[in-house]
Amino acid sequence: MSSTTNPSTQHTSTIGSIGTPSRRNTELGLLVFAVVIPVFAYANVGLAINDEVPAGLLSYGLGLGLLAGVGHLVVRKFAPYADPLLLPLATLLNGLGLVAIWRLDQSELLQDIGQAGTAAPRQLLYTAMGIALFIVVLIFLKDHRALQRYTYISMVGALFLLLLPLVPGLGQNIYGAKIWISVAGFSIQPGEFAKIVLAVFFAGYLMVKRDALALASRRFMGLYLPRGRDLGPILVVWAMSILILVFETDLGTSLLFFGMFVIMLYVATERTSWIVFGLLMSAVGAVGVASFEPHIQQRVDAWLDPMREYTLSRQGVGGHSEQAMQALWAFGSGGTLGTGWGQGHSELIRFAANSDFILATFGEELGLAGVMALLLLYALIVERGVRTALAARDPFGKLLAIGLSGAFALQVFVVAGGVMGLIPLTGMTMPFLAYGGSSVIANWALIGILLRISDTARRPAPSPAPNPDAEMTQVVRPS
Amino acid sequence: MSELTLTVMRLGFLAVLWLFVIVAVQVIRSDLFGTRVTQRGSRRDAGRAQQAQRQAPPQQRQQPTGGRARRNAPTKLVVTEGTLTGTTVALQSQTITLGRAHDSTIVLDDDYASSRHARIYPDRDGQWIVEDLGSTNGTYLDRTRLTTPTPIPLGAPIRIGKTVIELRK
Repeated sequence: MSSTTNPSTQHTSTIGSIGTPSRRNTELGLLVFAVVIPVFAYANVGLAINDEVPAGLLSYGLGLGLLAGVGHLVVRKFAPYADPLLLPLATLLNGLGLVAIWRLDQSELLQDIGQAGTAAPRQLLYTAMGIALFIVVLIFLKDHRALQRYTYISMVGALFLLLLPLVPGLGQNIYGAKIWISVAGFSIQPGEFAKIVLAVFFAGYLMVKRDALALASRRFMGLYLPRGRDLGPILVVWAMSILILVFETDLGTSLLFFGMFVIMLYVATERTSWIVFGLLMSAVGAVGVASFEPHIQQRVDAWLDPMREYTLSRQGVGGHSEQAMQALWAFGSGGTLGTGWGQGHSELIRFAANSDFILATFGEELGLAGVMALLLLYALIVERGVRTALAARDPFGKLLAIGLSGAFALQVFVVAGGVMGLIPLTGMTMPFLAYGGSSVIANWALIGILLRISDTARRPAPSPAPNPDAEMTQVVRPS
Repeated sequence: MSELTLTVMRLGFLAVLWLFVIVAVQVIRSDLFGTRVTQRGSRRDAGRAQQAQRQAPPQQRQQPTGGRARRNAPTKLVVTEGTLTGTTVALQSQTITLGRAHDSTIVLDDDYASSRHARIYPDRDGQWIVEDLGSTNGTYLDRTRLTTPTPIPLGAPIRIGKTVIELRK
């Protein structure tokens, strides 16, 4: 095994561009672009629905522009070498989400059933809070390696956050999933924050244990089987995600955590066998839980035959989910180029039209072309995250960046796949697009941490301090 | 609002959205096309090649060389003979150590090399100096065995065991 002899350089290969410029001006240009696009969309919605440019255009545009501008200035000051793409991409997605939420606010149907009406101003407030947290992360997290000290505290913190919704009196059961807690009138999804905290724990833990996990294994049928005691952590995380699935009936979160752990395990150890184990275990877990948990069972039924569920539900004889079919219709009526902003009827997906199912609105009004562009924007965020991981010089930063971007990618996959009928629907939110405070705030913090890692990674190395002894004894000086 | 205006806006919005994606991809095109891959020289056999790969130094990151005004200043160190043939290391005003020790900048897989064999560093004028670190078999600049730190002329071969390195622009 060639990698055994030199563990110190094993996982530290780096890629850096030549003569790394800070690229802050590129970021500013893209940021202006990223604010202009949602403003255009906003005007378009107003023109299509009310035949006039919406009155809030100026304040809305200025609000988003101000938030993005403050974010940019903070990046310029505190993370000058950070990646130029992450902030504009997140701003654009967030802005488009705001437009779509505002567009659904205009629907009288949704206003009547109390699903929308004042969601957009609230979402703008959440965005402001998210960017505030982003700024706090950039200012106070001077070096991401500081997080490494809190490895086991993060583990406890993540478990605490995950168990919070089960606390009687604090947790809320909303539509079958116990993933919310209610504090002072606000509903919070602790799982969104647990995602980040858990990535810190996994990164710190795997950095220490990766050699044992990678090297102490037996070869069996082309797979490296890990030792029993090394299998411990993966079993613990597996059991934890199954418990979330059982007690909180939250398919998405458990899939996200387990998937993130398997991704980080694979990156840390370079052993394909972990992926095989991970897929097997998640399949066993999902099938096992789905066979006795009715809430999950319903989701699977709606996935296998959405039309049947829809018909049954319409006739009032059982059937639990009309939305899966409605979302597919929304995508279908959008076609290739969409109906145009404000001219679709995605408000017919009454419940959760602006949160879990917001992608259906995009699918209907922007069509395949628009959804592809959105997915590419997400893919670019993930690509920048993976790139940051490649460029990071320390193993902890590498693992943290890959974990965060992996979790982000998984979340997009789980939500988009659910809405499009590729996998059973799970109660998660599309990062940045969907209505929901916890999601927006947590994802801005995630972007903040990624920017901090990429700033450290792309910063030119300081010139080595001159060694006074070497000068005295080893330099030949002409006297 | 007329149908035509709305259609134009609808297509215009999609165009603008895709323009953003394309601009964003342009910003990172250096990721796709710009990474410089160092071609290694011909390999005698696969095993050796693997060894060379493993021991290729991690410090191949290239950074701005800090406004060194000298013309004809070498910018890279190239291994021209030995197991590491083809390896290049950017010179960035940092000391480069050579030897069999794992923490060397260039880890030599060479029976004739000592664990800390030699080092190459710039002096205050930016002139690169090679110094033998008390090795058993010695470091040779061209044909002469080094006894004192010696400036390296551009392109002059430095021999350590079976390995030959030189500085290039």
